[in-house]
Amino acid sequence: MPLMSFYILKRLAIGLATLLVASIVVFTVLEILPGDPARLMLGLGASEDAVAALRDQMGLNQPLIMRYLSWAGHLLMGDFGRSYTYAVPVKELIAERIAVSFPLASMALLLSTAIAIPVGLFAAARRGRTADLGIMSVTQLGLAIPNFWFALLLVYVFAVSLRLLPAGGFPGWSAGIGPALKALLLPAIALALPQAAILSRVTRSALIETLSEDYIRTARAKGLSRAAVLFHHALRNAMIPVLTILGLQFSFLLAGTIIIENVFYLPGLGRLIFQAITQRDLIVVESVIMVLVAAIILINLIVDLAYALVDPRLDGPR
Amino acid sequence: MNRSLVVGLAITLLVAAMALLSFVWTPYDATAIDIPAKLLGPTAAHWLGTDHFGRDILSMIMVGSRNSIAVALVAVGIGAGIGIPLGLLAAMRGGWLDEMLMRLQDLVFAFPALITAIMITAISGPGAFNAIVAIGIFNIPVFARVARGAALSVWSRQFILAARALGKSESRIITDHVLPNITDLLTVQITIQFALGILAEAGLSYLGLGAPPPDPSWGRMLFEAQTMIGLAPHMALFPGLAIVVTVLGLNLLGDGLRDVLDPKR
Repeated sequence: MPLMSFYILKRLAIGLATLLVASIVVFTVLEILPGDPARLMLGLGASEDAVAALRDQMGLNQPLIMRYLSWAGHLLMGDFGRSYTYAVPVKELIAERIAVSFPLASMALLLSTAIAIPVGLFAAARRGRTADLGIMSVTQLGLAIPNFWFALLLVYVFAVSLRLLPAGGFPGWSAGIGPALKALLLPAIALALPQAAILSRVTRSALIETLSEDYIRTARAKGLSRAAVLFHHALRNAMIPVLTILGLQFSFLLAGTIIIENVFYLPGLGRLIFQAITQRDLIVVESVIMVLVAAIILINLIVDLAYALVDPRLDGPR
Repeated sequence: MNRSLVVGLAITLLVAAMALLSFVWTPYDATAIDIPAKLLGPTAAHWLGTDHFGRDILSMIMVGSRNSIAVALVAVGIGAGIGIPLGLLAAMRGGWLDEMLMRLQDLVFAFPALITAIMITAISGPGAFNAIVAIGIFNIPVFARVARGAALSVWSRQFILAARALGKSESRIITDHVLPNITDLLTVQITIQFALGILAEAGLSYLGLGAPPPDPSWGRMLFEAQTMIGLAPHMALFPGLAIVVTVLGLNLLGDGLRDVLDPKR
């Protein structure tokens, strides 16, 4: 299918170009704007000699374009440089922290999808009745709740009052899957529920839109049951807008992960970036931001490609 | 009468009135420390209780609302002020400008407000300004996309053709015909982005990326409540409720406006 492969190539090219420009933005903001990164890292009281030595070590005396190329080149090979405060390769730090952030974000995504699709389906099937109105009111409320406040309420109920789950901290995966998942459960719920509110509204309205299509009437007219039409015909077609929103929401989910990790003291990327800011460890800040931005671009690329698989009419999404 | 519109408008006006009132009157000085009165639950003297420094929570919420509203307002202003002209231009010109706008949108969407705020804070330290810029930048492509989509459908209408035939310039057509016809959609988007701005500001100030102390902000009140959650849950409850009610009011207002302005739905 030439059209399909053209579309995939185009999305791939756009994704790569966005990543390239994003890397220039991050580099410019964090390496050029602050004036002297070496002085920023060492603080105001640093001696001239120390600043000069660090400038040399960081390669700050080279021309800008060379610095960018060397930075981007190393990034591409997975070399993020060395953390100034932890004195270990940034790559190791990030790998360690992703082992917390990624499972957390995945759990939240799974949980919110698992809640939102049945709820949206149910509301659409009961459109206009009490159940639908009730669900819509609850999701309206869900849209207004900040996830970190919801997290605090969960901590109060399940950790402080009922003492069922830990209020924060992470035992590490070495402590076994059970305790680790238990530590991630409340954070994942705090992230997932507000997310599920948005997603179930999108699922509902996409389904309602689809249910008014002619082919749905045809399917019903040829004798298929309401349920069969809903599951086999409507749901699949309604997945396209749902998928799009899922991709867009991913960046909010990542941002939410950063906040929620701070609520629960989880040693993920979000904690790392804040510790790095207070310790003026710019290399770590820069690297984590690049990892997050790359993840968002990658997910949106995957959504675009999934779009192509779900919807074979590729004449021009967008 | 549209119920969402009425309820949403009432809540929004109430919050705005509370913010305005805080300029002339609060039950207590929002920054006054009164250690003997610390961690009180809701009482007749302190309706919403006090925090770990004995500060009156109601007064802090009232003063904090100014910060939330100001940040969201300026951020929406930046987004609308830059995004709407960009979108209108892209709809009129199409071609490479349109394509560039789409790519710019891809780029900005890769930088959620939180990440932009982190970057600015890393180099210049915390401040309300960072939050405004970060949320504002993220709003630009949102308004550009809405304005572009709405303007495109207006440009294909007959009365535009008539205006062109009369020899009106493109800029006159935009101000006289396109803009008035898309104001409803833009108004709805403004209320939505305003609500998102309040939420984003709360998140950023919770993380210490917003207005620095001692000025109260809803997000930082929640941050301070966190360590006291076992002792004084009311410290976390009320600022959170203030955020929820404000955002809910704006969302209802947006929904109501959409229903009233666009009867097709």
